[in-house]
Amino acid sequence: MRLLTHNMLSSNIKGVTNGFPLRIEVEKVVEKSVDFNPDFLKNMFAKIEYKALVEASRIMGYAELPDHAEPSMLESDDFLRKFHHALMELHLEEGTLVCPETGRRFPVNKGVPNMLLHEDEV
Amino acid sequence: MTSRPELKAPPEIFYNDEEARKYTSSSRIIEIQAQLTERALELLALPDDGVPKLLLDIGCGSGLSGETLTESGHQWIGFDISPSMLDVALEREAEGDLILGDMGQGLGVRPGVIDGAISISAVQWLCNADKSCHEPRKRLKSFFESLYRCLARGARAVFQVYPENLAQRELILGYAMRAGFAGGVVVDFPHSAKRRKEYLVLTCGPPSLSSATPKAKGEDEESCSDEESSGDEENQTVSISDRHRPRKKQKLNKKVKGREWVLRKKEQMRRKGNAVPQDTKYTARKRKARF
Repeated sequence: MRLLTHNMLSSNIKGVTNGFPLRIEVEKVVEKSVDFNPDFLKNMFAKIEYKALVEASRIMGYAELPDHAEPSMLESDDFLRKFHHALMELHLEEGTLVCPETGRRFPVNKGVPNMLLHEDEV
Repeated sequence: MTSRPELKAPPEIFYNDEEARKYTSSSRIIEIQAQLTERALELLALPDDGVPKLLLDIGCGSGLSGETLTESGHQWIGFDISPSMLDVALEREAEGDLILGDMGQGLGVRPGVIDGAISISAVQWLCNADKSCHEPRKRLKSFFESLYRCLARGARAVFQVYPENLAQRELILGYAMRAGFAGGVVVDFPHSAKRRKEYLVLTCGPPSLSSATPKAKGEDEESCSDEESSGDEENQTVSISDRHRPRKKQKLNKKVKGREWVLRKKEQMRRKGNAVPQDTKYTARKRKARF
């Protein structure tokens, strides 16, 4: 699961007001190279919760991403490459996603998070 | 005719390891899924600016439809309820991220971030009450509401579905409308039992020119080798607008059965030697509906 997807997911449990972002507990990270596409990145920048991305990338072991980002930084190839790496190339293979409000754990196996809710959580 | 899989077992049980493998190794199914996905992408009407979009593939299964999305240059996130199908998708090295989840529980995706959603042969599973706690209506509501939330303004959702009957189709559409979607149903090849395919095309945001229901495919767009009837070529689109707008009735596009066709047929019959009434100005005149 890439950080792109993690940045889109929120806890869906009944009663939770803010289930985003899910806290990551890492067991295994894999780096996969993905084609660099600046247009896609610029488009996504507006939709991404940047702070959550920075935190998540740090937990995954990548510290190069600057703490704050302005849209003007998208002109810099250097920043774009770091952004690309953090967003698209870091994969959580094994680990857990934790709901920030309830603490409910969603396991991640082979890169696939299990977001199935129990009957009482729906 | 084989019975519908939806009647046999819930999807996470029906699509077990064996079935998942069988499904994905059938070249016929791979071909069909690719075609359906391409058509869905067409109906999604994404801007043609060469920028990859972020799409959802709901009921992505073993990644057959996702492959077409990747080939079209888009990024996608796939949802499926069957671990076996997702395992096959992993084996096939699907490029999109996969999530094991139940669409009827809500998608859990942040508001306004998705550029488009497709679903191939999956949404009708929502209408099943497989478990006693499953209320199909509640699940349909959860699904459509969460989908509406996560789609960006102006984004579309295209679902290729196999509704069991009219009631199911109305049920699905009804909940889509309630969630705020506008849109309609596009039926390709409505008169061919084998090739008939239904697409639910839903749009977010106010109805506008760009959200008018697209034209369905009839026979004249493809050469048909297995088609035995050369008769009807009706393109049917059913447009369902939101509550505050007057209903628009789409005219049926009668390509055949016009006056020309009737005259031609009568000539044919005459040549055969049948007794055929004379051609007059009344031939193939439009009759009153009651006729």
